[in-house]
Amino acid sequence: MSKPIISVRGISKQYRLGAAKSQDTLRDQLTHWVKNLGKEQADATESFWALRDVCFEVKPGEVIGVIGRNGAGKSTLLKVLSQITEPTEGEIYLRGRLASLLEVGTGFHQELTGRENIFLNGVILGMTQAEVRAKFDEIVEFAEVGKFLDTPVKRYSSGMYVRLAFAVAAHLEPEILVVDEVLAVGDAAFQNKCLGKMQDVAKNRGRTVLFVSHNMAAVQALCGRIIHMGGGRVLGDGNPDSQIAAYLGEIKKPRTDIAVPLGKVIECRQLEFSPNPIVSGQPLEFTLELGAKQRTQLIDCAILIYSVYGQRVAILDLRTTGGQFPIAPDAPFRCTGRIKNFPLVEGDYRVGLFMNCSEYYSDYHDLASLTVSAATKEGELAPYAAHFRGLVELECEVKF
Amino acid sequence: MTAPEPHVNELADYERVIRPKKGLVAVDFDELWRYRELFWFLAWRDILVRYKQAALGVAWAVLKPFLTMVVFTIVFGKLAGFSEKKGMNFETYAVLTLAGLLPWQFFANAMAESSNSLVGSSNMISKIYFPRLIIPASAVISGAVDFAIGLVILFGVMLWAGVSWHLNLLLLPVFFLVAFAAAFAIGLWLSALNVKYRDVKYIVPFIVQMGLYASPVAFPSALVREKFGDEVFFLFSLNPMVGVIDGFRWGVLGGAFEPYWPGFWVSIAVIAALLVSGALYFRRAEKTFADVI
Repeated sequence: MSKPIISVRGISKQYRLGAAKSQDTLRDQLTHWVKNLGKEQADATESFWALRDVCFEVKPGEVIGVIGRNGAGKSTLLKVLSQITEPTEGEIYLRGRLASLLEVGTGFHQELTGRENIFLNGVILGMTQAEVRAKFDEIVEFAEVGKFLDTPVKRYSSGMYVRLAFAVAAHLEPEILVVDEVLAVGDAAFQNKCLGKMQDVAKNRGRTVLFVSHNMAAVQALCGRIIHMGGGRVLGDGNPDSQIAAYLGEIKKPRTDIAVPLGKVIECRQLEFSPNPIVSGQPLEFTLELGAKQRTQLIDCAILIYSVYGQRVAILDLRTTGGQFPIAPDAPFRCTGRIKNFPLVEGDYRVGLFMNCSEYYSDYHDLASLTVSAATKEGELAPYAAHFRGLVELECEVKF
Repeated sequence: MTAPEPHVNELADYERVIRPKKGLVAVDFDELWRYRELFWFLAWRDILVRYKQAALGVAWAVLKPFLTMVVFTIVFGKLAGFSEKKGMNFETYAVLTLAGLLPWQFFANAMAESSNSLVGSSNMISKIYFPRLIIPASAVISGAVDFAIGLVILFGVMLWAGVSWHLNLLLLPVFFLVAFAAAFAIGLWLSALNVKYRDVKYIVPFIVQMGLYASPVAFPSALVREKFGDEVFFLFSLNPMVGVIDGFRWGVLGGAFEPYWPGFWVSIAVIAALLVSGALYFRRAEKTFADVI
């Protein structure tokens, strides 16, 4: 009977919001102090719990997927596990070396060559120099950058850069590997290669892997157990099929919270489609409203549509030639639009956003969902079954 | 769901426990030792990048102290007439200036780099765990290469000036360590403060500019004591660089340049106090680095 390799006991993490925002400089802090002199610690600090009493245990060799909506606490959980941030309450017991891969290429330096970066990144990720040297050839082969080893990585194509970065990470050999959504980079062929490598690490080498993803197909293929999180708590823990079903059920319900935070500054107040469900091929209208906690610029914004399994299917590009949109607490960003003939085949789709404001940018998943129902075709031909038609059915005029 | 109480024997097998730390946190020297390779790699990266990006590369490390010495020797030595004090000749004054400039420039660069180091590594801090102390420390050590190059120039100038060589030179590594400790102590404070208060970027150039005049770079510190007396000299010695530069200069020139030891120990005490308090402040602040950076 093996003991748990990870034991998470009542972990909570509280973040403070608000007060710290306006006190980025010493001057602001001083004025804040002066204003509050004599007052009973005027506690304007909002706080929220990113994790609340999270408990679970992991046996050696288990491969666990962590799923949940944005803001469910998945990334915070990984950060606490990898000691990047400290829990507010609770304890975690680890029985082995833990390496975390929250991003590929952390610590890469543009001016350094591929060879130099392999060593630097390897040591940053927790390998010893000797380990990197022993695996050097393997890493180079996996990354397929042989010829460019002595070229500064600033001259690499983005594909090469990602391959090299992932290759270093893939050759980590800790007892416990914690992986955030890093497979969402690179082209499809490379993603498959990475999935294969993860499978190899988990199944053939008996490593314990904790893996966050929005890609249900990858989670299902890799993981023997799934932890489903929501609102900072563990909502479900167990068999992948039942947890994925529960999660997909959850995202079909409209979000009950009014605004979903998109990072520190921006929040999504509304992202709705009408009609929903929509009939395939019919016009679809959408409404998007973003709010901001402080004045900033919205540089890019795009609505992303994903299949149920997390494959990106379509994009609605909301950029204009006019450039950026100013956005402020009292001036939200709002837009509506109309897609003439919505071409996606019947099924459930998950909707996210790519958002780039002056402070940061990122993809945000599962902000809304969209159900497409089958069109009733005129004429005597019944449409092919949905799984024969892929995800998009193109309209065409055919000549014979 | 309640967590099972950890059994005593079971606990002993666990390699690492993560739990909130309360109050003051001591420096974990074991852990720093385990991460020593990362420390050297970060220093190596900084050095490599510095010399790769600059067109003149190593030449800067030579030109900067040398040209400053030439200018100082002319302005302060000849125009202001410092070189006639204490019966020095012009050549000795050049050596004296360079012996002040080397630790000063090392300190100023290292402190500036180190203050900025955490914010400059925000990406690593928010994505990877390692003892955060490594970052300001490796930023300080990466300035050591410039310093080593400066030493070569110093020996060249000593040959040219015809000053006598003596055993005090063997003490230079000790005084270098003191300069390192001074830069690291202030770097600890400023780098951790910089995460929260970006004012630090205005403070650092100010410290560097004022410090050049408030430290005995272009003049022997004995002049201060002769002119203002012992009390003022003790105040002057609160500037940690007074002890560093006096010690270093004594190591190079020996004899007549022996530091006023009570003043020297004041500087050392200030450095030690800054170092200990800086490390404690840093350890306390580092808990929230990843959240606020």
